[in-house]
Amino acid sequence: MKPPAFEYVRPSSLDEAVRLLADPAKESKVLAGGQSLIPLLNFRLAYPRRLVDIKGIAELAYIRRDGDRLRIGATTRTRDIEESDAVAAALPLLTEACHWVGHVQIRNRGTIGGSLAHADPSAELPAVCVLLDAELKVRGSAGTRTASANGFFHGFLSTDLAPDEILEEVAFTIPAAGTRWGFREFAHRRGDFALAGAACTLRLNRDGVVEQAVALVFGATPSPRRSAAAAAMLHGNRVTNEAIREAAQMTRRELASEPAGDSEQAYRQELCEVMLVRALTDAVNEGASRGVAA
Amino acid sequence: MSGLESLAVPVRCTVNGVEQTATVEPRLLLSDFLRHQLGLTGTHVGCEHGVCGACTVMIDGKAVRSCLMLAVEANGTAIVTVEGLAADGQPLTPLQKAFHEEHGLQCGFCTSGILMSLTALIEHQPSPTEDDIVTTLDGHLCRCTGYRNIVRAAQAAVKAEQHRSRPAVATAGR
Repeated sequence: MKPPAFEYVRPSSLDEAVRLLADPAKESKVLAGGQSLIPLLNFRLAYPRRLVDIKGIAELAYIRRDGDRLRIGATTRTRDIEESDAVAAALPLLTEACHWVGHVQIRNRGTIGGSLAHADPSAELPAVCVLLDAELKVRGSAGTRTASANGFFHGFLSTDLAPDEILEEVAFTIPAAGTRWGFREFAHRRGDFALAGAACTLRLNRDGVVEQAVALVFGATPSPRRSAAAAAMLHGNRVTNEAIREAAQMTRRELASEPAGDSEQAYRQELCEVMLVRALTDAVNEGASRGVAA
Repeated sequence: MSGLESLAVPVRCTVNGVEQTATVEPRLLLSDFLRHQLGLTGTHVGCEHGVCGACTVMIDGKAVRSCLMLAVEANGTAIVTVEGLAADGQPLTPLQKAFHEEHGLQCGFCTSGILMSLTALIEHQPSPTEDDIVTTLDGHLCRCTGYRNIVRAAQAAVKAEQHRSRPAVATAGR
């Protein structure tokens, strides 16, 4: 229950951090808030030769509204996102998701970049990024590239990041005014890892017909998963209780083809269906008064 | 062990108002630094993976898990542990007093962490709702009290604080 020995460095710039990570003589690991990495070290599930602490890089912690984008630096603390007026105004769905991340004592340290790079299947922030197809800015030895959140998560604790790359920024496109949303998750005790969760965005026209729908579930699959079937089913229709139930059932059937995780898999899949029913219902019932965009 | 000494890094931080400097192995957890190097054993260690909350301390005014931080990460910060709430022989803080009066503890193992989380809450938000208190407590496991007396103690402390204007943390340097 104590970490293995490692070297510790705290670079003050991104370039320096990338140089350190690229050194083939050291297996380095990025340390951000440490709320996932330190437990892995304490359990000795990870044995990095060197930790590169990126919290000393001043330009990585920010929340900025930039036109129709909301840009959040990788080392921004979850609690700062949760309490940000700019986030609440532009993307209340993200504010809501942050409430569900661990406990407040964890959110005080954990960062958005750390959560995405760690890629726990039951984590909330990766789910929101996939739902909204956030654009991820990545810095590596070869320079800067952007990656779509769709495709960034390769599976259990696995992402598109190369060993010499650092997630620098998460950019959300602020959904059009009037976009409705829902976010639900279930854990046995508040603050525990979610067994399953669901999130959605819905845009309805004047007649209540769905113009755009994105539905997503997480916790039961190695990475957060959008439901193509649910989106297609809802599109062009009114969102009745029957339509919501059917969309959620279709989502659960899609999950049946996913690789089985643990013995709770069937239960998690069932929970995904229930959470998606609730998230879609929230979007319909409350969405208009708490639209995504201010 | 010879290789490890070369990894040692310096740490300088303020703990309960007292400046501390030390050279530590990078892998030393903040919880172990506080307990073993500074002798501040009021910070308890339960699960060592962030679930139980027993090791919670305040860093720059915020409640965090000291078992999920390396000591070296605390460089340049101001830390308050349970020992910093009321010095020996000094009156307890209203929150500590309320824990006593409302029977907010039994075995006491979880208490220091809970005191730090609730102290941070009340400093940050002087009139927390019951929901705010419960949300703060969801990060702490208590196997004795059933939590009701802890919530009552927090509410009593908030009331008592509103009658005084004295800061919740009576430590120098804050």
